[in-house]
Amino acid sequence: MVRVDGKGSGALVEIRSLDKKYRRGGEEIDVLRGLNLDVDAGEFIAFMGPSGSGKTTLLNLIGGLDTPTSGAVRIGGDEISRLSGRKLAAWRSRHIGFIFQMYNLIPVLTAFQNVQLPLLLTNLSKAERRKHVEAALDLVGLSDRMRHYPRQLSGGQEQRVAIARAIVADPTILLCDEPTGDLDRAAGDEILDIISRLSKEYKKTIFLVTHDPIAAKRAGTLLHLDKGTLLECTADGLFACKPEDAGK
Amino acid sequence: MAIPLEYNVRSVFIRWPSTLVAVLGIAGTVAVFVVMLAMAQGFQAMLIGGGSRDNAIVLRGGADSEMMSAITLDQVRVIADAPGVARSASGDPLVSAEVVVVGAFPLLATGSDANVQIRGLSPIVLEVRPNARIVEGRFFQPGLTELVVGRNVSGTYAGFKLGSTVEFGGGRWTVVGVFDAGGSSYDSEVWCDAVVLNQVFKRPENIFQSATARLASPESFQAFKDAATSDPRLTVDVFRETAFYAEQSRMVSTIIRVLGFIVAIVMGVGAVFAALNTMYSAVASRSAEIATLKALGFSPASVVASFVAESTVIALAGGAVGVLASLPFNGFTTGTMNWSSFSYLAFAFRVTPEIVASGLVFSLLMGIVGGLPPALRAARLPIIVALREL
Repeated sequence: MVRVDGKGSGALVEIRSLDKKYRRGGEEIDVLRGLNLDVDAGEFIAFMGPSGSGKTTLLNLIGGLDTPTSGAVRIGGDEISRLSGRKLAAWRSRHIGFIFQMYNLIPVLTAFQNVQLPLLLTNLSKAERRKHVEAALDLVGLSDRMRHYPRQLSGGQEQRVAIARAIVADPTILLCDEPTGDLDRAAGDEILDIISRLSKEYKKTIFLVTHDPIAAKRAGTLLHLDKGTLLECTADGLFACKPEDAGK
Repeated sequence: MAIPLEYNVRSVFIRWPSTLVAVLGIAGTVAVFVVMLAMAQGFQAMLIGGGSRDNAIVLRGGADSEMMSAITLDQVRVIADAPGVARSASGDPLVSAEVVVVGAFPLLATGSDANVQIRGLSPIVLEVRPNARIVEGRFFQPGLTELVVGRNVSGTYAGFKLGSTVEFGGGRWTVVGVFDAGGSSYDSEVWCDAVVLNQVFKRPENIFQSATARLASPESFQAFKDAATSDPRLTVDVFRETAFYAEQSRMVSTIIRVLGFIVAIVMGVGAVFAALNTMYSAVASRSAEIATLKALGFSPASVVASFVAESTVIALAGGAVGVLASLPFNGFTTGTMNWSSFSYLAFAFRVTPEIVASGLVFSLLMGIVGGLPPALRAARLPIIVALREL
């Protein structure tokens, strides 16, 4: 279940009265204003909205990459907005998998080594790490590209490696920031197929930020962000928050 | 687990032009550092090499060099009878009463005069100093104006070829032999009969400047020293020969070392700036990678460790190149004035394993100093800002 009225309880993700302000020059910009959100485990949420509406900022706050100006972000009972840098880093490594628009692979490491990175923060043995990496690369269909460097892969393949890296440590939540934004439609569809599969088969909780209505349709719930506010929608009202309404 | 070192090593190769500048800067610094230390080491080893733990040198009380000392023949006899003095097969005490004078002779290389230490000694000296042996010709005959020259002398000064005649001190001397004292300072000396030297130089016959005693064993030193210093007929200081020459070499080797450190530090500052520049540009060009690693959960401390490790890899590569560049200097022979004897001494640079290790440690320090500030900057990079830079 997904709620934006702040009245839910016991959800995997609980966001309450979230404010985020930035200073640019002498000017203070309200990016998020009093935002509430409850998301149960296993949900697949898409955020849409115009540029500058705060989609990526919200994703960064859920992923512990940024801290709120006020309000709370609770994930699995942990108030992550209160964690320090080092604890937050450790928390991210256990609970969050990131998929970025530009893939963010390390160019000097092979696909295998890139995918293995999150496992270096665990206590797994070398053999166990290898098993996990091979399984993750197999899931995204790149078992035969393990020894390839990012420059030897197509954009779609790079993003599949990035997905493998995001899931290899079996995180609770996947955060996808425009994962198809740099890909052509065919490659983008392949990526969305994998993300959908992770939602349906592996019951991952997924947050997807996108400008692409077709991508948004893959999500179970669509939320619209405008001027820092999440709009709860109805079929005939602001937005129905149903994937099929995306792009209307 | 930390960020894999492989990441840093491969990144270093990708940015090879700026890496090369840092490597060469550090290599030059380490090479100078190693060569200067090798010079000081060579000088010290040359002087200390002349000493033996089995030998004791006796000087007049209060004298800190042979030039300032005087020992009479009577005192030499008392010393020869002291406990702990070794004896030859024929039962003679192994004590060499010695006189040193300095003569100016033209250097083959420049033609300008340099001082040579001329040492008059007892004919038994080859038993007192068994590390010296005749390699060409023969030893001087007692009572004759004959010379044996150290192996560095004939190649350094004009007129000391085997069989040639040299004039100094009012006498004509014949070079009858060349001796090898194992690379020690004696190799830069000219030896002759002490009694003859005193006569030629019109010095008092029974006065010498030092007495060197061969001891029965290194452990006999204390008994010998105690006997010599407590005997009312003697007013002497007794030194173990190795300690005496170590002290003699201290001033020059310290000057070389201090100069070496100053030059190395000045060059090191430049090399550290090259390393800083390389690492700052590495951090700037890889801010998105750093942000990604931090987003994945690598802590700021592991980012610092990773970039310091990278800087260290560059520095150690520079250190290794610097050490390799300095190796041809190993054995290179040069000369300097020994301020204790005012004589010119030839010595060879010595690049020892300890000096190589010092050079590598020095490069490591430059790597850490040059890598830490950029590494801290990398660790402090705000993730979301750096991610936007893609």
